[in-house]
Amino acid sequence: MHSTYDNRKPLLITLGVLAVMALSCLTTVPETEEAVVLRLGDPVRVINRFQPGVDFGQTGAGLAWRIPFLETLVRVDKRMLTVPMDRQQVLSTDQQPLEVDAYARIRVIDPVRLVRSAGSTSRVIEQLQPILSSVLRQEMGKRSFQSLLTAERGQAMRNIRLGLDAEARQYGAQVIDVRIKRADLPVGTPLDSAFARMTNAKEQEAATILGQGERDAQIIRAEAQATSAKIYADSFGKDPKFYDFFRAMRSYDATFSNPKNPGSSTIILSPDSDYLRQFRGK
Amino acid sequence: MTGRKSPWGNENGGDEPASVEGEAAADADGPTPSADPKGPRNPWAPSDNDGAPRRPSTLDDMLRARARKTGGGGGGGNGSNFPRMPERPNGKSWAGPIAGTLALLWLGISTTHILGSNEQGIVTTLGKYSRTVGSGVSLTLPWPIEKMKVADVTSIKRDFIPDGDAEKLMLTSDQNLVDISYLVRWNIKDLKLYTFQLDDPHDTVKEVAEAAMRGAVAEVPLKDAMGGGGRAQIELRVRQRMQAILDGYRAGVMVQGVDIKKTDPPQKVVEAFQRVTAAQQNAQQQITGARQWAQQVINQSQGNAAEFDKVYEQYKLAPEVTKRRLYYETMERVLSNNDKVIVEANGVTPYLPLPEVKRKAAAPAAGGQ
Repeated sequence: MHSTYDNRKPLLITLGVLAVMALSCLTTVPETEEAVVLRLGDPVRVINRFQPGVDFGQTGAGLAWRIPFLETLVRVDKRMLTVPMDRQQVLSTDQQPLEVDAYARIRVIDPVRLVRSAGSTSRVIEQLQPILSSVLRQEMGKRSFQSLLTAERGQAMRNIRLGLDAEARQYGAQVIDVRIKRADLPVGTPLDSAFARMTNAKEQEAATILGQGERDAQIIRAEAQATSAKIYADSFGKDPKFYDFFRAMRSYDATFSNPKNPGSSTIILSPDSDYLRQFRGK
Repeated sequence: MTGRKSPWGNENGGDEPASVEGEAAADADGPTPSADPKGPRNPWAPSDNDGAPRRPSTLDDMLRARARKTGGGGGGGNGSNFPRMPERPNGKSWAGPIAGTLALLWLGISTTHILGSNEQGIVTTLGKYSRTVGSGVSLTLPWPIEKMKVADVTSIKRDFIPDGDAEKLMLTSDQNLVDISYLVRWNIKDLKLYTFQLDDPHDTVKEVAEAAMRGAVAEVPLKDAMGGGGRAQIELRVRQRMQAILDGYRAGVMVQGVDIKKTDPPQKVVEAFQRVTAAQQNAQQQITGARQWAQQVINQSQGNAAEFDKVYEQYKLAPEVTKRRLYYETMERVLSNNDKVIVEANGVTPYLPLPEVKRKAAAPAAGGQ
């Protein structure tokens, strides 16, 4: 064993060196990255460059060549990246503060420029963050509070995107989208006063509902009374004189012979009274 | 072996083991634990350098024989006591067959992929996207030339926003606040896009959901956000908006639905909201009460009118008689229930002062009881 190895030693070493050299010429670039090839610091070409509309598998990802030692690769993320924005207080034209949480989505479209200007995607994101918040604050400060709430409807988001995009292009990136994730009232006075306003509104609503209930009940009662009056009038109007007599009889019954309210009244009758007419034998 | 420490442990190497293996271990390990700092020993390993008498066993013999043949045993006193495998019959090393088996294993594991019915796999060749494979068995070139990333594409993922029970207040169009929590259901529509397009697709879905929900809630007044019909509309709108944004990102995500779990007033104003509910109930009670009363009044008047009509009908047939009859009947009831005093019209002398007399007679009788 030892002897065979000794004999082939030079050959094996040569083969090994060749293999290492061959391997150092080769490299792989995954689909999610594009690689800028720097020859002695100068960008000479881009592997797997982002091309809009070209499907994955067609853009040059995979195995790639380079000259060892002379050329170095700087890898740049090819995917859509998020530029987060920290919570930011913006003031509307009507002096109402709003705390805004936003993000931007960017994509590197010119990796050479990116490598030259910022060096890496994380640096670009770092650089764009303050720009995003200042552009956003500027744009939102031009608007009323009400229109801030529905910022997507208006021109605001578009302006912010364009404003940020102009800056991002300098770093070889493109802003695809800017979205407001949250828009809240700042904790403290603005939030408390909103709560107070809501409470007030609800108390008013409660009072109104109670009032309406009372009103409706009264109307219902009044309508019933009117209906009842009409029923009586229709019926009794046929003969007012008889009604007078009939109702008087009812009334006497209710007043003097009410079993629910027994009491003894003393009724003084004159012998001349109509009731006693027969009594006198006349 | 109960009640005794394990013979495999080193601390009671001097005990009398119950088994042959235990004895062998005790002999091999030397007399005391302190004399052997190497910890537990493999009882199967031979020990060449201790002078303790050994009781040979067939296994020991075999091991010792092997140790001599290879020139120095694995179980040397201060060396490694890792047992070595017996040599192959032809005297060659085991390295070849082991390497071969490992290579076969590597080939087998990294080339054959079995995917479940809900899964898809993305195959990349040296980083380059090659193909998407569906469920079942599929073959690839061995790792690291081809790699496969498998993901569940059909089952619905659920994201609860906010995560937990924290209050999440959103502003409505009338600048009120509503505490809202919802659920986003989604799955992967296009695994290729999902894998390569976004830096963090899952997080993106959540962020887009938040942005879409905030936008949708800000477009409706509080009443609609809290009410039933408005809620369904918000859900639909958020879903559509999310899908549009995600498609714009080419995220490869299908939003299946957005379900609002609850929309509550903020904790601090709950009381005022309850007051409104109480007021509504109160108002409803009043109205119900009024309706009941109204029905009573109408019924009563209808009854009275009907009674009058009936009597009037009869009265019309015989006016004089009916009138007199009614008069006498009423007077009868009235006068029979009351004290009556008949007074001569031109004087004041009562004919019949009976009521007073009766009452005076009744009073002592009642008191005597």
